[in-house]
Amino acid sequence: MLELFELGFLHLTWGSILMLLIGVVLLYLGIAKKMEPLLLVPIGFGVILVNLPLGGLMECIVNGNVVEAYALGGEPAGLISRIFRYGLAWEIIPCFIFLGLGAMTDFGPLLANPKTLILGAGAQFGVYFAFFIALLLGFSINEACSIGIIGGADGPTTIYLTNRLAPYFIGSTAVAAYTYMALVPIIQPPVIKLLTTKAERAIYMKPQLRAVSKREKLIFPIMAAVIIILLVPKSAPLIGMFMFGNLLKESGVTDRLADTAANAFMNILTILLGISVGCFMSAEVFLKVESLLVFALGCVAFASSTAFGVCLAKLMNVFSKEKINPMIGAAGVSAVPMAARVVQKMGQEANPRNFLLMHAMGPNIAGVIGTATAAGIFLGMVG
Amino acid sequence: MAQEKVEFPITGKVISVNVKQGDTVNEGDILCLLESMKMENPILAPVGGTVSEIGISAGQVVEVGEAVALIEY
Repeated sequence: MLELFELGFLHLTWGSILMLLIGVVLLYLGIAKKMEPLLLVPIGFGVILVNLPLGGLMECIVNGNVVEAYALGGEPAGLISRIFRYGLAWEIIPCFIFLGLGAMTDFGPLLANPKTLILGAGAQFGVYFAFFIALLLGFSINEACSIGIIGGADGPTTIYLTNRLAPYFIGSTAVAAYTYMALVPIIQPPVIKLLTTKAERAIYMKPQLRAVSKREKLIFPIMAAVIIILLVPKSAPLIGMFMFGNLLKESGVTDRLADTAANAFMNILTILLGISVGCFMSAEVFLKVESLLVFALGCVAFASSTAFGVCLAKLMNVFSKEKINPMIGAAGVSAVPMAARVVQKMGQEANPRNFLLMHAMGPNIAGVIGTATAAGIFLGMVG
Repeated sequence: MAQEKVEFPITGKVISVNVKQGDTVNEGDILCLLESMKMENPILAPVGGTVSEIGISAGQVVEVGEAVALIEY
């Protein structure tokens, strides 16, 4: 009887102990530091669960044998490996999260000042910059795409693209994207300060944005879906769901659906996504030089997206009469609303009259569209 | 004496009023906290001076352009 009952203790490795510590750190950041708690708590706990030996949460059957770590070609047999396969690998969860995001997004600030759409696109240069750096470092083109997209600081898009192009990296790119989203207030300010003078940061922008009519808000998701998907067909799953969610919100007749998409449904998906990504990070999958390098390159991608956004805003100022505060370019990464909040705070520090929040929300929302479109372009190129 | 009228830059709900009439403020001091877009936003004094008028209270919902305070300097 006793021989059959195996204790997990005996199977702990240095790798799994290190991963348990990483799990605890993620929980600490989420709970004590309140950094992206809705994601870091499920991810952190998932990391802990999967690194307790013999639990079998990520079990897969490969050629008739049960393996404990998730196997890409195997048949999932554990609680979370099934969710991972049919939710993430089948690309259902990240796309439906975009439905929820759409139902939560107000395109008003973007429509009030459509120029900001350019800034949201500009920050995507960082994605391509990191893509080329990754290529130079010897990553394959598929892997480089997945690394570059981290620069958009958009979790669902990163997961969607990585799953398509380099599924074995999904743990590192997902955790990198979500970690950098949480670290926006730490990574962005030094980059912004490096590229702007105090006088530029103090540039005053009138707070009042143009009032946007209900009709504009209703037409936008329909028109945007048609135009973007015609331009970049492979962006259809993400952009299509994003605009569908927004249409539910703006149609005025589907409030019940919009409410479910933005709240209950979104929460369910977040739970499933968080715990599955966390459980993907077992020691044998995550503790590899490549995975750690991916994590580090993600930071380069994110910092360069911020830098490109700021530079593009400065360039726009050269040509336009009414000066914009170049910091709002940094909000072109799609970490909504964290990036806009950073810009708002720094704007007020430089000039107490400034209130850039709504101005920064425009590029910020445009950034979400931009990153999802960039993912579509990558998929069109190599997918 | 010059005066400056401070206005709300965004719609929201006043969480707290941090100054009262007659207070001396420095440039950048927090006049009140406004909850908007699920964030706490401080409204700052654009100039240093004396608060000569303040007509808001915590819990009040305010629109863009409504007066926060009048500062004399």
